[in-house]
Amino acid sequence: MYVYDAFDQTLVAERVAEFRDQVARRLSGELTEDEFKPLRLMNGVYLQLHAYMLRLAIPYGTLSSEQLRMLAYVARKYDRGYGHFTTRQNIQYHWIKLAELPDAMADFASVGMHGMQTSGNCVRNLTTDQWAGVAPDEIEDPRVWAELIRQHVTLHPEFSFMPRKFKIAVGTSQHDRAALRIHDLALQLVRNDNGETGFEVMVGGGLGRTPFLAKTIKPFLAKRDVLSYVEAILRTYNQFGRRDNIYKARIKILVHELGPEAFAKEVDAEWQIIKDGELALDDALVDEIAGRFSYPAYQQLDDSPPQLAEARRAARGFDAWLGNSVANHKVPGYAIVTLSLKPEGGTPGDATADQMDAIADLADRYSFGEIRVGHEQNLVLPHVEQRDLPELWRALAGIGVATPNVNLVSDIISCPGLDYCSLANARSIPIAQEIARRFHNLDLQRQLGRLHVNISGCINACGHHHVGHIGILGVEKNGEEFYQITLGGKADEGATLGTLIGPAVPYAQVADVVEDIAAAYLELRQRPEELFIDTVKRTGVEPFRERVYATR
Amino acid sequence: MTSPLEQKKIKVTGPVVVTANRVGDGAVVYSRADGGWTTALDGAAIATSSEGAQALMTAALDDDLRAVGPYIAPVKLSAGGQVRPGNLRELIRLGGPTIELPLPLGC
Amino acid sequence: MQLVENGKLVEDRYVHVDDDAPLPDRLPVIVSAKRFLAEADALVSRDGSLGVSWPNDRRVNELKPWLGHLALIALNFPKFRDGRAYSQARQLRETLGFRGTLRATGDILRDQFGFLVRAGFDSFAVKKTADAPAFAASVARFSVVYQPSADGRLSALRRRSQSAGAKTPETV
Repeated sequence: MYVYDAFDQTLVAERVAEFRDQVARRLSGELTEDEFKPLRLMNGVYLQLHAYMLRLAIPYGTLSSEQLRMLAYVARKYDRGYGHFTTRQNIQYHWIKLAELPDAMADFASVGMHGMQTSGNCVRNLTTDQWAGVAPDEIEDPRVWAELIRQHVTLHPEFSFMPRKFKIAVGTSQHDRAALRIHDLALQLVRNDNGETGFEVMVGGGLGRTPFLAKTIKPFLAKRDVLSYVEAILRTYNQFGRRDNIYKARIKILVHELGPEAFAKEVDAEWQIIKDGELALDDALVDEIAGRFSYPAYQQLDDSPPQLAEARRAARGFDAWLGNSVANHKVPGYAIVTLSLKPEGGTPGDATADQMDAIADLADRYSFGEIRVGHEQNLVLPHVEQRDLPELWRALAGIGVATPNVNLVSDIISCPGLDYCSLANARSIPIAQEIARRFHNLDLQRQLGRLHVNISGCINACGHHHVGHIGILGVEKNGEEFYQITLGGKADEGATLGTLIGPAVPYAQVADVVEDIAAAYLELRQRPEELFIDTVKRTGVEPFRERVYATR
Repeated sequence: MTSPLEQKKIKVTGPVVVTANRVGDGAVVYSRADGGWTTALDGAAIATSSEGAQALMTAALDDDLRAVGPYIAPVKLSAGGQVRPGNLRELIRLGGPTIELPLPLGC
Repeated sequence: MQLVENGKLVEDRYVHVDDDAPLPDRLPVIVSAKRFLAEADALVSRDGSLGVSWPNDRRVNELKPWLGHLALIALNFPKFRDGRAYSQARQLRETLGFRGTLRATGDILRDQFGFLVRAGFDSFAVKKTADAPAFAASVARFSVVYQPSADGRLSALRRRSQSAGAKTPETV
């Protein structure tokens, strides 16, 4: 956990005061909506179909139990008793009143949280691996770097009105759990031949209308240079990114039009000027930030305590959950536990205030008061003693967050879609719910293995459909909802964009199509260990296309 | 549903209303014949011509302090004169999400 | 348009001269970039302060040979959302060392004052008269900043390491 100090606390309090003033000016008519809109957006306030929506930043997906309780409190006091965790490790409130927003912001500020830069054409909330700091295979904790960059870009006077939004992710493991290559800028911690750690710098990724995977423009950047290099990238983008067409304004288009080499050259020219200036980091500055992350005082424990084997024999449900939702921790005797926010019949990523409070209590009891949010819209308890797992499992099951479907077909990533969003062309949530219902049988889900279904309700791709093993994109045809299906996308270290398999299908047929695809996979795979994504890679989409459209 | 935010020129082929969101809480509102706003679709002023729709829009745009983002939305009129939303997006705006909203634990 | 400098409403001393109009004697003038580049030698040797209105899609590096002769550079924000001139301002101040007046023109509202001052602007052509008196309060809104910029303020990062007794930062 990064713990706010007086500087951080002062800044968020001053931001609330500024926003309170802006809201008052809007309500009194001093500001028109045109003038107010960019101001509210920079505080994460959207206007959706039914109400205002507040998007609150959860920097690099780390929450304290105190903060999670505040998320619950705000959900109850100002909203309808629930919140929606997003694919960018944020939370959204969908029913909040403009007049009450300053008070809600003040409540959030009291626990070191804010909605700053969760919208607008600025640097958005930084994301990272939800297992940061606990993953056995990580090089080092990426959150220290994410926090350094977060501070640097917060209320940045130069980069608050860029051509378009700018998303940064920091990765740390060989296994990419942060979807690095779909970000405007991705920094991957790497070790060079001399054993020094630094960053591989990738730019120009993004989904939306014109999806691109980020390209490496610098294979190794020394840590001291990370702020100056980010500054040079942002400055280059701010000046040369397109502003004539909103659909061509993201950095991916600039990188594509200039070419990665020419873009890198522009960045490098700027960087040479500033790299030895004030932004150069020394160890003392980095230690200052690193020192304000608190880490648990782990006990000396052994892996696989006898209680586990006993509990696995005693309860089949526990055994299934342990195999599915629990991962290895870098400290012996501990485990990383994923809490599925994808129960059958639910909305992917939604959690009620009661669930949040209960999870906060469980985090205090079992996970050193810490919770993580992953881009797959699930929560994580990152430091659980293995011997506590049976007890924790019962408690999690009691509040509906122990469905053992993590990474399975019903662990669906979904945007809010046309049920909430004013940009959407079609609904996402009911599609996700119907697919989860069809694959109700967990044995079938396990038989299908790792299978990511990602759903977006419009081309903006908040549901990351391009990088779903099965991607579903809602479109509108003559006033009806239709869905395009892509196969073979993935967001990890082998990031790939999915391939469209054919004409869009109507709303009522989407779940049938997913069933057909699943059945085709079971027939096509060479052996049970061949994952869906590997079968698609081997066969291409053709056999799936044939199966899906043979009868349609 | 093509986003009405992309609405450019006004072409009216059937009955329409002007709708927006209320400034204070974002609630869906419809423009009334007397220049005010209502949350009830039944109380909305119906236009059947481009001129009529344009007049409602002009008045709505001038009322930036009460309602945000006005646009023209289609409606359907039943034989009995009842007004219904003209497409799915408007149906959802009027009736709320088509899914069940989360309930507190124990409900 | 109203002009704010040093937190006060002031009269604009400069005459904005059209590209084909004759230059008034001795008076401070602002000319377009096009005219400036065409007549730079004559303009800089003229008696009277010289300002240039520079578009936000040209590199400010082009002004480098003339910076010592320019009393004012006006940078433009055609829309509130178009922030290219923030980068131009910082480059003029921090990279090219421009010490004359930097004027922000175009769609300037009170909500940008803080950013503009931090980027190095010291003259503001505001769109709304009511925004002018709010200048001081807007600029003082944040007592903490997270990054160094053209205004020389210490970032929270540097202030922390200072108060922790670390070595004195080389900033300001």
